Amino acid sequence: MLGGKRVLDGVDLHVPATGRVGIVGRSGAGKSTLLSLVAGLDEPDAGEISIGGETLPAGRLARCALMPQRDCLLPWRSALDNAALALENAGLPRGEARRRAAPLFARLGLAGSEQLRPAKLSGGMRQRIAFLRTLLADKPVLLLDEPFGALDAITRAELQEWLADALAAEPRTVLLVTHDVEEALLLCERVLVLAAGRVVAELDVDVARNAPRRGVVTSPAFLELRERALEAIG
Amino acid sequence: MRRAWPPLALLAALVGLWELIVRAAHVPGYLFPTPSAVASSLADDSGLLGRATLVTVREIVLGYLFAVAVALLIAILLHFSAALRRALLPILVLSQTVPTVLLAPILAILLGYGIEPKLVVVAVVCFFPIVVNAVDGLRSADPELVRMMRTLHGGRLAIFRRVELPGALPAIFSGARIAATYAAVGAVFGEWAGSSAGLGFVILQAQPALETARIFAAVLILSALALCLYALVTLAERLLVPWQPEAHHA
Repeated sequence: MLGGKRVLDGVDLHVPATGRVGIVGRSGAGKSTLLSLVAGLDEPDAGEISIGGETLPAGRLARCALMPQRDCLLPWRSALDNAALALENAGLPRGEARRRAAPLFARLGLAGSEQLRPAKLSGGMRQRIAFLRTLLADKPVLLLDEPFGALDAITRAELQEWLADALAAEPRTVLLVTHDVEEALLLCERVLVLAAGRVVAELDVDVARNAPRRGVVTSPAFLELRERALEAIG
Repeated sequence: MRRAWPPLALLAALVGLWELIVRAAHVPGYLFPTPSAVASSLADDSGLLGRATLVTVREIVLGYLFAVAVALLIAILLHFSAALRRALLPILVLSQTVPTVLLAPILAILLGYGIEPKLVVVAVVCFFPIVVNAVDGLRSADPELVRMMRTLHGGRLAIFRRVELPGALPAIFSGARIAATYAAVGAVFGEWAGSSAGLGFVILQAQPALETARIFAAVLILSALALCLYALVTLAERLLVPWQPEAHHA
């Protein structure tokens, strides 16, 4: 319930460990609410959420890292210090936190941006740093809320490929929320369509992903899944 | 520096006009001195004014630092305790309705005639804008940043240190800059309530002697001191808040 309004109703979903589930739907379908509930930032009025057997909000909070819609980078920190934020929060000294975050910059194609403040970074770079920050929280579950919603189409396509590679290198359990059906189908193994707070369709994405992005998104199997998802959204 | 020219030119024109009018109207110097008389007082009384300035600078700087320390401490306490905020904030507002001119003599009786009552007067005048701005700044942290911090191992203290406090710095400096312009006036009030040194004391002594030019000279120095403090605080902001867009400083 949000401001007395029922946002989600009878949503039942299961995400296997290191599995990737996408949730698509229109704005206002209850996608972000679902992530807040899973993360333990809010409590559901009814029902149960369990992560690795942990049902209490504090326990869920300890297992989930949330990447919010906006990048939410701290303007007073360098890219490296933003990425290392969770490590410092966990009690590591700043030097040690930096030392642990730095190798990921090189591995995920961000070398050279470490010392820049967010104001000096492009939108695509900022989202990458925000993802790195979420990854470095070193939690089993990543909750991605419209990670590329604020980007232009070209940058978004680039980052979808980048994220697929990053997740292949650093496998986690992922719950991705987006209004972009293509994005969900590209990145996830299963996609749920949410409409008016209910799950109206469940799609298993069994398309080959080893081809380049353009080959994947134009394959007949992919197009058919896309069609079914869009139909369900209505 | 180019921005400094228009106000400087206007100021020079006004000073010139002042000199002309006072001379043309043959106003006696003890009623209203010419700028040149003020300038010669600055030179002739430089020993006296210099010693007084040192005394007042000490009061202003120490009192101001005292105000900043107390204000930040109170702001942080108010930030962490909603109950304290509800109880103390109205009282702080009420305290600002007590005229400082009346507070100064009471403080002099209470604390004696040393530097202490002056520091307290300066602090009382300066701390309020800093507290109010700091409390507002700390509370206006983006809730989305706080939620993000909570999912990234961020406890209450980490959220304060890494999100709320740095985010509040621009607001804290706004308050500190306003307070900087009050500090000199506070020091003069403190000296008027009982002292034997300082620019306020010089003004007090010059008045019955009709040394009007010296009063003007002392006031000029006080303005310059307030301006210097303001500039120092602005400089400190540039060093401590380097991520602020340049336009903010205009």
